[in-house]
Amino acid sequence: MSGMGSRERILGALRTSAPAPAPDSRELEARINKHHARGTLRAALPKQRADEMERVMTSVRTEVIRSDAASWPALLAAKLGQAGVQRLLLDPVTAEGAALVAALPGGMQAFSFSQPLEAWKNSLFSTVDAGFTLARSGIAATGTLVLAPDAGTPRTVSLVPPLHVALVYASTLHADLHAAMHSERWSAGMPTNLVLVSGPSKTSDIQQTLAYGAHGPAALWVVIVDDGMEAQA
Amino acid sequence: MNARPMHFVSPADFRERVSGALQDQALRTSMRGAMEFLQTKRSNQFPDADELEQLRDLGEAIRQHALANLPDLLVQFEASLQALGVQVHWASNADEANAIIYEIAQRGGARSIVKGKSMASEEVELNHYMSERGIDCVESDMGEYIVQLAEEKPSHIVMPALHKTRAEIGALFERHLPGTPYTEDVDTLIQAGRRALRQEFADADIGLSGVNFAAADTGTLWLVENEGNGRLSTTVPDVHIALMGVEKVVAKLEHIVPLASLLTRSATGQSITTYFNLITGPRRAGELDGPREMHVVLLDNGRTQAYADQQLRATLQCIRCGACMNHCPVYERVGGHAYGTTYPGPIGKIISPHLLGLEETADLVTASSLCGACAEVCPVRIPIPSLLVRLRTEANRDPAQQVDQPLRGQGASFSRGERLVWRFWSGAFARPSVYRWFRWLATRMRAFAPSSQLGWTRHRAPLVPARRSLSDLLRERGQAE
Repeated sequence: MSGMGSRERILGALRTSAPAPAPDSRELEARINKHHARGTLRAALPKQRADEMERVMTSVRTEVIRSDAASWPALLAAKLGQAGVQRLLLDPVTAEGAALVAALPGGMQAFSFSQPLEAWKNSLFSTVDAGFTLARSGIAATGTLVLAPDAGTPRTVSLVPPLHVALVYASTLHADLHAAMHSERWSAGMPTNLVLVSGPSKTSDIQQTLAYGAHGPAALWVVIVDDGMEAQA
Repeated sequence: MNARPMHFVSPADFRERVSGALQDQALRTSMRGAMEFLQTKRSNQFPDADELEQLRDLGEAIRQHALANLPDLLVQFEASLQALGVQVHWASNADEANAIIYEIAQRGGARSIVKGKSMASEEVELNHYMSERGIDCVESDMGEYIVQLAEEKPSHIVMPALHKTRAEIGALFERHLPGTPYTEDVDTLIQAGRRALRQEFADADIGLSGVNFAAADTGTLWLVENEGNGRLSTTVPDVHIALMGVEKVVAKLEHIVPLASLLTRSATGQSITTYFNLITGPRRAGELDGPREMHVVLLDNGRTQAYADQQLRATLQCIRCGACMNHCPVYERVGGHAYGTTYPGPIGKIISPHLLGLEETADLVTASSLCGACAEVCPVRIPIPSLLVRLRTEANRDPAQQVDQPLRGQGASFSRGERLVWRFWSGAFARPSVYRWFRWLATRMRAFAPSSQLGWTRHRAPLVPARRSLSDLLRERGQAE
């Protein structure tokens, strides 16, 4: 293909007119850091971050459930039952997945993502009611979940079923995106897919009218587990 | 989907379409409403003027740093991608980009491509190219899907179906989606669109997306969306192809944080969109979903021409938020289709001459009062009005004149008569005696002023010199000239 010649042509054209390279970006990063250091939630207590997370997520039609480590499984299981969920996709190997499975009402089927997507694509698209994921962390300022899908909880768990339920620990809530990226050292090792989720799928493509449930999950529930806040604060 | 090519228009017919658009009351009303909506949403996102200005400075600095180091960053980005197992392709123009994508499809025996939103793919008219070769491209962004069903092109880079009313969309869905009765209820319409596209994601052989930002250090593609169609397109099909302009890369992942905030707040007035989808390579060993094959196509298509000129290079700072068009009095009145270009509005006027040449776009650069609203809202401080003036200069430059970095289509608006008039005018202005003589003549011969004065009299009364010049009047009052 013309690919190789084009590479040289494009790079050549750019190099002919490019200014002398100035790759050092430390000053730029210092400015970025300084700008974000003013963020209003930087000095907030974990409880305040959780409150803000709840407030912002609720404003984009996310159902937020505040709970603690002991009570959330029963609370969530009851809510799933009320919503009529019958088939729930989750990773039973994680402590949270196992706790939820143990609390589920009889008749609700929990199952794991045990084979490659292409082996059961159509069934995933048509027969799964909800997917449960454990968020790596959260971002309070924008009401955002940080999901790092892995072999146990692949990308489509939070994407294809009409209901996505995520659990996030209050102690993992960052003030803002900049803080999340730095304290988790994203640049040192990005997963194949890191997804920031800030509400259920939506669109305003028809006459600027907001509608939920465009292509992704139409509903998002977020369980914020208050864990050891006092110790952290 | 439809095998017929869409209805393409030429930017060269801009003037005719403008007249039509200005008479279209329905379009005027819907554009007005949409612009006010988007302007308000944006301004609500920036309550703190200091924060906004500081963030704009930062956005500009990040983009300028990236452009200053662009060739090295592209090489680094390519190496990062290849280390992840991504195949990197370089395309000089639209044909090459299409051919590369077609070859990938052919090699894998692909019949269908599901597309996340990608303006670059609109720019190269990928759907058209593929459908001529028997490969279906299905747009999955709701706005793009609507526009594709209507066999039109997007009228806005962020909200493709901005020009369409819910009634038009209701009729469109009733006609094209089996079992969909006419409705104007937006929730019902969106659910109908969702149902129609659901199977497409599962069935498509290839997912094609654009790219909002790319990080050279990690090889990460940063995609911004609300619907989830971008995630589905880049996750479910076995092959993912990302098509991006060469200018999209920045040095480091952390540089994207301020840009992403500027993008969503400026574009749709959201502090963040529903999904930021950060893709770093294809499916890895042990993972159970995600594409097993991934390609990135780096597109030039005229961008290196803009890059070659120090002033015009600022065009490439753009992060495609659309705020300039949302605040443009011309765009608001004529709508996106009048331009006849992939990118309409102010950004379209300054980027299209590089993509298509000035011979096609010389009229577009004149469609501005230079009011400066676009530059005032641009999150990365592109000086759009001065770039427009520069492009007008190039369009009026003698085609034969040798310049250092000639633009494609230099002199497209050049006229010898006009040059003669300007030469006479500047010569007269520089010589007081000639100027006085001309003034005397003009005021005395005013009865002979022509009633037809080219473009001026098409919409205005003819210009007639005053009876007495200002200098004469001042002298009469005893004030020296």
